Amino acid sequence: MSDQDYVLRTVEERDIRFIRLWFTDVLGFLKSFAITPAELEAAFEEGMGFDGSAIEGFAREKEADMVARPDPSTFQVLPWRPDQQGVARMFCDILTPEGSPFAGDPRFVLRKTLQRAQEMGFEFYLGPELEYFYFRSSEGTEGLDQGGYFDLTPLDVASDLRKRTVAYLEQMGISVESVHHEVAPSQHEIVLRDADALTMADSVMTARLAVKEVAQEAGVYATFMPKPIQGAWGSGMHTHMALYEGERNAFVDPEEPMGMSKVARAFIAGILQHAHEITPVLNQWVNSFKRLVPGYEAPVYICWARRNRSALLRVPGAGQGRDIRVEVRSPDPACNPYLAFAALLAAGLKGIADNTDLPPEATEDIHSMTDAERRAHGIASLPEDLYEAIAAMEGSALLRETFGEQLFEHFIRNKRAEWKAYRAYVSPWEIERSLPIL
Amino acid sequence: MADVMVVSERPEDLWSLVNGLEAGGHRVAVVSGTEAATGHSVPDVALVDAVKDLAWGRDACRSLRARGSRLPILAIVAAEALDAIGPDWDADTFMLDGVGVPEALARIRLALGSQAIESSGALRVGDLVIDAETYQVRVRGRLLDLTYKEFQLLTFLAQKPGRVWSRQQLLQEVWGYDFFGGTRTVDVHVRRLRAKLGAEHEAMIGTIRNVGYKLEAHRTR
Repeated sequence: MSDQDYVLRTVEERDIRFIRLWFTDVLGFLKSFAITPAELEAAFEEGMGFDGSAIEGFAREKEADMVARPDPSTFQVLPWRPDQQGVARMFCDILTPEGSPFAGDPRFVLRKTLQRAQEMGFEFYLGPELEYFYFRSSEGTEGLDQGGYFDLTPLDVASDLRKRTVAYLEQMGISVESVHHEVAPSQHEIVLRDADALTMADSVMTARLAVKEVAQEAGVYATFMPKPIQGAWGSGMHTHMALYEGERNAFVDPEEPMGMSKVARAFIAGILQHAHEITPVLNQWVNSFKRLVPGYEAPVYICWARRNRSALLRVPGAGQGRDIRVEVRSPDPACNPYLAFAALLAAGLKGIADNTDLPPEATEDIHSMTDAERRAHGIASLPEDLYEAIAAMEGSALLRETFGEQLFEHFIRNKRAEWKAYRAYVSPWEIERSLPIL
Repeated sequence: MADVMVVSERPEDLWSLVNGLEAGGHRVAVVSGTEAATGHSVPDVALVDAVKDLAWGRDACRSLRARGSRLPILAIVAAEALDAIGPDWDADTFMLDGVGVPEALARIRLALGSQAIESSGALRVGDLVIDAETYQVRVRGRLLDLTYKEFQLLTFLAQKPGRVWSRQQLLQEVWGYDFFGGTRTVDVHVRRLRAKLGAEHEAMIGTIRNVGYKLEAHRTR
């Protein structure tokens, strides 16, 4: 019996009618096509061919033929489809027609980076917190909480949606630590229990879909847009990270100050050092940077602290004899989780390889400092917009190597085009402010 | 003890039967026809009350059958309506209206017993039933969709309920010696299994601090 046999057997026993093959484009959009059980065996052996030229960041025109080979360990019946004659899914690795891994596949980029970690003796574990909003439709930002007069207990609607989402995720083996209403009206959060990075990236893709599926079933809309409402809290994806050497958390060393190991220090230092250039991967949309402004508990400054929530990296367990995980607070849930986790890991590993020195902890409230004070403390700011972020990424040898030439170049081209379109857009803000006086 | 679902549109008339089944040690849920067809979790055995409306009762039996091919279904019918009972009902057997509690209990015992014989390859730990032949796992009748690794891990734990295994042992026994990953893999899979077992049954897999894991029949929640 192998993973594949088990899947074939389950498909038969459960009377599964379609198997959806999932993969992710460069921007983190879930792509899928369906095959029938009769095609499954061949899909395992040879993969299923598809035209990659229509997928963002995949093939250049001459090499449009791509092959998706399903990963049988990710086989899962979709709980939101009917019980009888159901539908299942598997994540796929993308191959070239010659059968080698396709360098532009984000899942492969993460696998490759995890391989490097393994060569250094580490496994990478992550626990993200996904924030999102429920709106009445995708046309506007009318929340469910602020429903109109005579609405039937709108608060309960969202709590039912959350409950159903958690039930779906748990049926799919995605362990949910907590789920609750967030700060802004109609904003919610799902906290996933940590897992190895590849499983977690798959889980984030699944969770985003499950949240949207449940909302759609109820006739409402769920969005992971980083900052949908001007003046309200944005949606982030705070992510807790740890490296393990076997059973041991490599970030813990009781002999070291605050119980933080040398590995932890160098890992944090590596991310701080490369924070600029990895930002467009963690925050990839024009809109992402509207969230990264002072005043909404989103990080703006490149520094670390034990508890200070305005720091980019937090180490809440440090100095308390507890398990240590490093929380990065800038990513938003509209990122490509494969690339985001790969970028964070690559930066951290670089810190470890170079034995980078950790700057002192930011102990004061960084937001209330003046620019001059921050400079004196050696605290830089995150890029202010997508343009600045992309410019930083362009010069990044680290990401060029981690992502591979093709994916790296495509990502930059795509984001430059987004910025160009945005730059030419005359916004209501300008009309409101400038038209009456100019 | 079993989970008994009584499907009826006149629950007040079945009050003494329901009480009798509960006194006999069963957990009884009385539900309407639509709930039985869709909403309620699949029980160990179902009694469908077709006394008032034969067609309704037959439909209820069939929609229950659609939800679980091995679920024992007992129809309750009036003596004068026995002519109408046939294989199209998808029921396993019937009882006559006004059936006494001892008889109902005996029939439920037989129905559950034949189910146990039918799935002879099954491994049973409390509410958990693992069918090694069909690779299907049920918790109190609810089917779990497990990956192969999850299935192997759960089956391994279920073979010796109560025995504590270290992560290293589980890694060797379930993943094999040539597996490259670390023992944290075991933790992730246990988490996935607990999520799938659901809030009510997740405590069946116990964590023994600094040692490892075990599977137990009793639930702490």
